[in-house]
Amino acid sequence: MDLPLIWFALIAILWIGYMVLEGFDFGVGMLLPILGRNTKERRVLINTIGPVWDGNEVWLLTAGGATFAAFPEWYATLFSGFYLPLLLILVALIVRVCAFEYRGKINDERWALWWERTLIVSSWLPAVLWGVAFANLVRGVELNADHQYTGGFFALLSPFALLGGVTTALLCLMHGAVFVALKTDGDIRTRANKLAGKLAIATTMVAGAWALWAQLAYSRNTWTWAVVAIAAVSLLAVVFTNANGREGFAFTFSAVAIVAAVLLIFGSMYPNVMPAHDPANSLNIYNASSSDYTLTIMTWVAVALVPVVLLYQSWTYWVFRKRLSTKHIPAPGGLSLKAPDSQPAVRD
Amino acid sequence: MDVLELARWQFAVTTVYHFIFVPLTIGLAPLVAVMQTMWVRTNNEKWLKLTKFFGKLLLINFALGVATGIVQEFQFGMAWSEYSRYVGDVFGAPLAMEALAAFFIESTFLGLWIFGWDKLPKKLHLAMIWAVAVAVNLSALFILAANSWMQHPVGAVINEETGRAEMTSIGEILTNNTLWAAFPHTVTAAFLTAGTFVAGICAWWMVKKVRAGTDKDRDTARHVYRTGLRFGCWVMLIAGVGVILSGDFQAKLMFEQQPMKMASAEALCHTEKGADFSILTIGDLNNNCDNVTRVISVPGVTSFLADGTFDSELKGVTELQAEYEEKYGYTDENGDPIDYSPNLALTYWSFRLMIGFAAGSVLLALMGLWLTRKNQVSDSKWLARVGLIALPTPFLASSFGWIFTEVGRQPWVVVPNPTGIDGVWLLTMRGVSPISPGLVLTSMIVFTLLYGVLAVVWYKLMHRYTVEGAPEEVHDESPTRIGGRPVGSDSDDDAPLSFAY
Ligand code: HDD
Ligand code: HEM
Ligand code: HEM
Repeated sequence: MDLPLIWFALIAILWIGYMVLEGFDFGVGMLLPILGRNTKERRVLINTIGPVWDGNEVWLLTAGGATFAAFPEWYATLFSGFYLPLLLILVALIVRVCAFEYRGKINDERWALWWERTLIVSSWLPAVLWGVAFANLVRGVELNADHQYTGGFFALLSPFALLGGVTTALLCLMHGAVFVALKTDGDIRTRANKLAGKLAIATTMVAGAWALWAQLAYSRNTWTWAVVAIAAVSLLAVVFTNANGREGFAFTFSAVAIVAAVLLIFGSMYPNVMPAHDPANSLNIYNASSSDYTLTIMTWVAVALVPVVLLYQSWTYWVFRKRLSTKHIPAPGGLSLKAPDSQPAVRD
Repeated sequence: MDVLELARWQFAVTTVYHFIFVPLTIGLAPLVAVMQTMWVRTNNEKWLKLTKFFGKLLLINFALGVATGIVQEFQFGMAWSEYSRYVGDVFGAPLAMEALAAFFIESTFLGLWIFGWDKLPKKLHLAMIWAVAVAVNLSALFILAANSWMQHPVGAVINEETGRAEMTSIGEILTNNTLWAAFPHTVTAAFLTAGTFVAGICAWWMVKKVRAGTDKDRDTARHVYRTGLRFGCWVMLIAGVGVILSGDFQAKLMFEQQPMKMASAEALCHTEKGADFSILTIGDLNNNCDNVTRVISVPGVTSFLADGTFDSELKGVTELQAEYEEKYGYTDENGDPIDYSPNLALTYWSFRLMIGFAAGSVLLALMGLWLTRKNQVSDSKWLARVGLIALPTPFLASSFGWIFTEVGRQPWVVVPNPTGIDGVWLLTMRGVSPISPGLVLTSMIVFTLLYGVLAVVWYKLMHRYTVEGAPEEVHDESPTRIGGRPVGSDSDDDAPLSFAY
């Protein structure tokens, strides 16, 4: 069996899990100021993902860990090479965790407002930056014979890469809006549905342009045209199902579009994991991979555990399947900023 | 500063910071699970009050544990790329397993626990916090497997062609005796931390409530905080014994596996028989063995720590240095001499501080149990003070424990295994990424500032929720079926959630 190929596929699957799930998380955060007109509405939005965002994020951690274990050279070159963008992503992910957990802990308008702003920015940043990073992988980067990245920071900001960032941001926005329409009720649902329609059209155009560019200029495989076709069909399907109020279908198609986007990225790199401008220096699934023994062990672990993870994560979505509306939002549960004075300290 | 120094500082700052939150999470999650179990089994509301009180504190802490952990996962690739290339085949596996087997459970079931009070039947909801409690400990096991391999590589060979380490046996890596010494020690230390946390806070509150004087206050003091205090004290005592036993076991392994660390920890400059354990040493310990004077020492104890007899021979730093030079080379790539001993002062003092800071917990445990014996409550202001003073001590002990372990490992990032496999070792200076110092400096400044701000937020929130105390009123919100409404309430689908962000 071709173990490196299996692991290349598995890592693609982990990224699919991450992008599909955290994709709508990011979208919800990005849409906070647009769909949430007042505090209560913003709380509805945040709580649609309240119980699940943390579990969604672990798909990224697993993708990172799995890359380390299965393709150490890829992990090393990618993360040391893309140092600054990754730093920005990390900062965003750090403050994002705190924004979710700490926003409601203190019942104070300014406190809540600051964390909401944090949540918005920290959802936009990774949504854009992951696109920039992946577009660079598709495009190929400057590697030397030791597989070290030598391109510098600004080389990462080519027009193609920036358009990649816009594409992922739009995908997340659309996915988030469709998700909100599916998970809420009342006024927000109607507005989310309207917005999702517009976003789906914009996404179809921008993502389409980026995908064509990628295909014509960089793809190393012809079969990725099939993926592009799937993406195009599902994006159009989002437009139609959404217009007819078929929210479940719209969400499914939007998820399929994201799956196709990740497949396109991985498919157009294959068999490379980090194509270099000078092909002799490229990292591919063979020269970047771990030994067969390690890959075999990890395959068993992944085959045993990933389905279980999918099972209990699906169960979570089922437990919290009810639509939310402003009626369901309880009074703020946080404490006042200052403790009431009636609490004397322990003295003699 | 060069990349190496910066990367080391950054790693030290971010990991020690991560490990402020980690021990509390590892210990407190199971303790909250026990509290909730008591509630489910006895239906006594005091346990539900304690569950909710410490549950909130756990969540505030958990958030920063998660946030700072994300950095750790990527930092190896960012700042230690050559290390990652060298060890990835071996070291990546436990890291990936940790994410797959532990982080997924942790994060998913914590969400279910937080939002599930009115969605899941009572016993099922209880299972959620137990899943979290098990998973956080599982995550400790896997990450310590990775760390123990760096301290004592097993189950791997060097691939001559690529020059990288390759795994030969996952079984050996997961049964590494270094791991099975470090895991109990770290976990018992975490329980000690959480026990101190629960007992310290409850002690302060009990005294305060007794002093407030009304019947209702005294009742709360007796039935909520006294219970919590005694629970915490017993946890501390049991965990404390575990910490000592496992620590002793670790010391014996260290003597075999990393003699240089042991010698440095003891400021043992020259080989000695029946080495004394010094409690205070003065002089320039900073990698200079020439003028070290031991002021106070206990005869034979170091030898005892090392192998259980009082008169065994221990190798000193000077002799070990000579041995290592012969084996691993006198000079590095630049022709500079290699110093095989770690920073003596830091190693020496962090070891003592780790052990010394345990005193806070011991004092609190004994005082707490004594003053509340035979159904009493106490209004001793000293108990309240000791409760507060003891709070930070196990955190400090844990930090110094890691500083000792990690600094004592230098200059190696993967320490050569003296009795086992050949050739699997890496000097720290060869592990660092070939990137510009400016990058690492940038990230270090960013992390330091950000972590500083978050530390303030964390502290303020923990403090605010602690002085708020346990809720005065609690009620059972659990439904009879999944997703259903609480028993007795009208089946109104529009009712607000019991918890929302
Ligand atoms: C002995 C225990 C221990 C040690 C040595 C470390 N951690 Fe940790 N880590 C935990 C114990 C833990 C935990 C108890 O599982 C945490 C703390 C709070 C939490 O939420 O989970 C956690 C959180 C945590 C997370 C977030 C998980 C999530 O989203 O649920 C990541 C990615 C890491 N850690 C990664 C690391 C790495 C790469 C380390 C190596 C330097 C490391 N940790 C040291
Ligand atoms: C599995 C867990 C861990 C791994 C894999 C790990 C790995 C590393 C690595 C790669 C370095 C950089 C090389 C060096 O300078 O030594 C390092 C340094 C360091 N680590 Fe760890 N570490 C782990 C856990 C911890 C924890 C939990 C702490 C403390 C809370 C810690 C404290 C430090 C310190 C203080 C340094 C700097 C030592 C120095 O540069 O002198 N480590 N560790
Ligand atoms: C009674 C005494 C103790 C002894 C004899 C002891 C012994 C040790 C030893 C020998 C190590 C180093 C292991 C190595 O580098 O290979 C260590 C590490 C450590 N200690 Fe202790 N210790 C004691 C108390 C404590 C206390 C009270 C705490 C915290 C509450 C603590 C927390 C730690 C931690 C977190 C580490 C690093 C992780 C590890 O390597 O296990 N220790 N201890």
